[in-house]
Amino acid sequence: MKHGQADVVVIGGGHAGAEAAYAAARAGARTILVTLKAEAIGVMSCNPAIGGLGKGHLVREIDAMGGLMGLAADRSGIQFRLLNRRKGPAVQGPRTQSDRALYRAAAQDILAGQENLGIVEGEVADLIQTGDTISGVVLADGSQIEARAVVLTTGTFLRGIIHIGDVSRPGGRIGDAPSVRLAERMDSFGLPMGRLKTGTPPRLDTKTIDWDSLELQPADDDPVLFSFLSTTPHVRQIACGITHTNEKTHDIIRENLSRSAMYGGHIEGIGPRYCPSIEDKIVRFAAKDSHQIFLEPEGLDSEVVYPNGISTSLPEEVQEAYVRSIHGLEAARILQPGYAIEYDFVDPQALDASLKLKDLRGLWLAGQINGTTGYEEAAAQGLVAGLNAARAAQDAEPVTFARHDSYIGVMVDDLVTRGVAEPYRMFTSRAEFRLTLRADNADQRLTPKAMALGIVDDTRKQAFEAKMDRLNAARETLSALTLTPSQGRAHGLKINQDGQRRSAFDLLAFPDLTLDDLTPVWPELAEFDAETRAQVEREALYRHYVDRQDRDVAALKRDEAQAIPEAFDYDRLSGLSNELKAKLGRIRPANLGQAARIEGMTPAALSLLLSHLRRSA
Amino acid sequence: MDTIFAEASAPGRAGVSIIRISGPAAFAAGRALAGDLPEPGRHVLRRIRNDAGDIVDQGLVLTFAAPASFTGEDVVELQLHGSRAVVKAILDALTRQYGLRLAEPGEFTRRALLNDRMDLAQVEGLADLIDAETEAQRRQAQRVFDGALGSLVEALRSKLLRAAALVEATIDFADEEVPEDVTDEVVALITSVRADLSAEMKGAATAERLRDGFEVAILGAPNAGKSTLLNALAGRDAAITSDVAGTTRDVIEVRMDLGGLPVTLLDTAGLRDTVDTVEVIGVDLARKRAAAADLRVWLLSQENEEPGIALDPDDIVIRSKTDLTGGEGISAKTGAGLDRLVGRIAEVLGRRAAEVRTATRARHLAAMDRAALALDAATAEIAAGPDRADIAAEEIRNAIRALEALVGRIDVEDVLGEIFSSFCIGK
Repeated sequence: MKHGQADVVVIGGGHAGAEAAYAAARAGARTILVTLKAEAIGVMSCNPAIGGLGKGHLVREIDAMGGLMGLAADRSGIQFRLLNRRKGPAVQGPRTQSDRALYRAAAQDILAGQENLGIVEGEVADLIQTGDTISGVVLADGSQIEARAVVLTTGTFLRGIIHIGDVSRPGGRIGDAPSVRLAERMDSFGLPMGRLKTGTPPRLDTKTIDWDSLELQPADDDPVLFSFLSTTPHVRQIACGITHTNEKTHDIIRENLSRSAMYGGHIEGIGPRYCPSIEDKIVRFAAKDSHQIFLEPEGLDSEVVYPNGISTSLPEEVQEAYVRSIHGLEAARILQPGYAIEYDFVDPQALDASLKLKDLRGLWLAGQINGTTGYEEAAAQGLVAGLNAARAAQDAEPVTFARHDSYIGVMVDDLVTRGVAEPYRMFTSRAEFRLTLRADNADQRLTPKAMALGIVDDTRKQAFEAKMDRLNAARETLSALTLTPSQGRAHGLKINQDGQRRSAFDLLAFPDLTLDDLTPVWPELAEFDAETRAQVEREALYRHYVDRQDRDVAALKRDEAQAIPEAFDYDRLSGLSNELKAKLGRIRPANLGQAARIEGMTPAALSLLLSHLRRSA
Repeated sequence: MDTIFAEASAPGRAGVSIIRISGPAAFAAGRALAGDLPEPGRHVLRRIRNDAGDIVDQGLVLTFAAPASFTGEDVVELQLHGSRAVVKAILDALTRQYGLRLAEPGEFTRRALLNDRMDLAQVEGLADLIDAETEAQRRQAQRVFDGALGSLVEALRSKLLRAAALVEATIDFADEEVPEDVTDEVVALITSVRADLSAEMKGAATAERLRDGFEVAILGAPNAGKSTLLNALAGRDAAITSDVAGTTRDVIEVRMDLGGLPVTLLDTAGLRDTVDTVEVIGVDLARKRAAAADLRVWLLSQENEEPGIALDPDDIVIRSKTDLTGGEGISAKTGAGLDRLVGRIAEVLGRRAAEVRTATRARHLAAMDRAALALDAATAEIAAGPDRADIAAEEIRNAIRALEALVGRIDVEDVLGEIFSSFCIGK
């Protein structure tokens, strides 16, 4: 039974799936998104927040590529806060709490307005496979959708098991069924698979929290949004509450440790070190007598509060006991218990840099199935996979991202080169070119690429070009205006009296000089608009380091230009350890730069590989 | 993959010559020459035949199974009688075996490096060990070969990783419960690494000397007996001596072992004002070499004479020709006082040699210098406050990378691992 035909079919309507479908459709591919429930597209199944450190960078980059997440977050944001506001702009990360309902509505609204994009409700039971080519999906009702490219974004649904205390049951997300049949098809591919776990805290009834006794954290006075197209929040801003666990909480948890799914030995999956359950925190950091909890309302009108910091897999009655031992929560009612969830993931080393499975034609993977965690990581992969699925369906070359152009590039490279040992989350420290890959310049780094691919609309294109015109004019002005140290001194500027003539741009690179200090010298600087001013000041701040990083980038590009043939036979490499040969044969790096990043690679082995590539070229 | 072979001992007539075969076909090659091979790690006495089946020699056959061998591959070693003809016959026989080839210079060591049997610094240490001529050189090379530099870098690196993790934690987990002010610990870590680097760098300059030889310049007025002293210490007539002042015009170098230290003695033209064009050149050269030398020995041949050149506190001033003048000092002619002079030179140079730590090469020095510069910058950025944390982190990262260039590479996972083991991250 044939149900339909498309260029690209995206399986799953979570953050990876929504972004993948949106990217594929924008790239001009006829796209169908298949999901169990259309009303659940864009649902935030864990904490009601978008962005943060490293993650905020990803959202900015998705937005710079014309994606969905930044726009939806801006429409639903109820507590915008710029993290690291007092640190350098390279490590500032936009974050907001989102109203769950508004986020979901925004995501669905954006997708509904996209041409080429259809949504089908149904369960994908199987993939259509001929030889090593995937050419569509089979739904549970037996109908089929043929497609030239399929993007799989199953999240935690692959053989998902939910644990609450010693009670375990199959399930993808609480209330949803897992996808077992699809998992069996995945098994038949013989992919390297692993098992991960993650968890959520119990959700609390807002009416039962003693808000008046709690410390509150307000939103920023001057909110920084995600999308380069947004200027102000769409909805009212709220505060969230802060409270702490105490000795009594810890005692309750310690006494019941053996009843936790995690500590009772029911869970084999590996959880993230940076998002430990409350049980983990108390065992691993026994010396700490208190842990901070943020009480985050899930929406403007929502009854539900997300207590960020106490995810757990203890039995329900223990959850209630320890929650009620916490200040402000003495009478709190649990609306939904916390739980841990275990799920299958595919070792992402089986993917290439477009997130396509290397051994199959026509199948891309994105999101938690690749071993990552977080909405932002999932969405960024969705963008890469969806875009590339569309490109493949159109017989166009893949589009990849590099470590030196984006956090997206850093993440994809980490995944496909290094694989994952725990759920992968983005951090700014993962980006070696952190000083140049800033949230503020994501558009400068990526929007031209998106424009070349034809995946941004005219509004964004015009806004970007106008901004760049202003910025370039300002840069030219700043480079053209120069003065000698003695002229500077006459204006009261503290400059080395070394006879060196400096441009206004050079002067801004001094840590203690700002545009305001230079305006008395050159009154025309006052004409820059606020955004342009901020941008040139940020650029000047890192100028010295950017030059240095540019040299590293050049070296990296040189290595990445040295392609390694797909069928390269590492066994022939005389003098390489068997362990390294096996690793190289499995990961099959696309170029020398990627090979260098493989764990355990030595400079000597790399030079051997290079000399071999040169000889056979 | 190739199997390689070569004569591992010095070529030429000797009691024993060793041929080493390394690679996947090593055991097969050994069997073709010697029949049954011993268990790995054992040796047997075997008749060794060439490829025509003729007995060439009788010798010991040793086997080592991968990875427990020098190269990390299967290895066979043949200990043959040290005859050029025997060695040539066996090498020829091996050359004719399929899949075998003569090793390139240093190729066994390169394979050891590729198979992670040694790190880069250990390879340098091995090269130095093989080249060592004196006891002090041998000790220095042995330290490096043992992986002392690798251990040092590892120790410094782990301190800097900790410093990087502290700074990164304040950046990446600013919204978590990590300490806000980590300045004290970070500065303490950086200061400690910086101090170690300074000491290493000071020692590295001396280590170069230990490898290449200390220069000791013998100086004095014309006819002070410099060349006679050089000849007496060298035990041969290296320099022409005569009663005519200004006999020595060029700088004469003699390399020798002084108290276990490698020393190059420099005999120089006597320092005086002269109009002889050739002698003027000689005197200039003497002054230049004297200034660059590690130690200067000034011979006084006259009463009330003052050294004609600025001297360092360690430098030695001593009366010469005591056979003619009597008194304290040396007589190169009779040998009186020479032992004491040699003792003093060895004492001064030995004291310097003791400064040598683990860095021994210009490459080590350059990497440490880069690390030290980055750490100085990091210290300044940390002092500038938390809004420069991203730049401080960048400098610490540069320092780690500079150090790792000596033995390995940086890995952000190590920094994250340090963060997660130290702080409770995850609200």
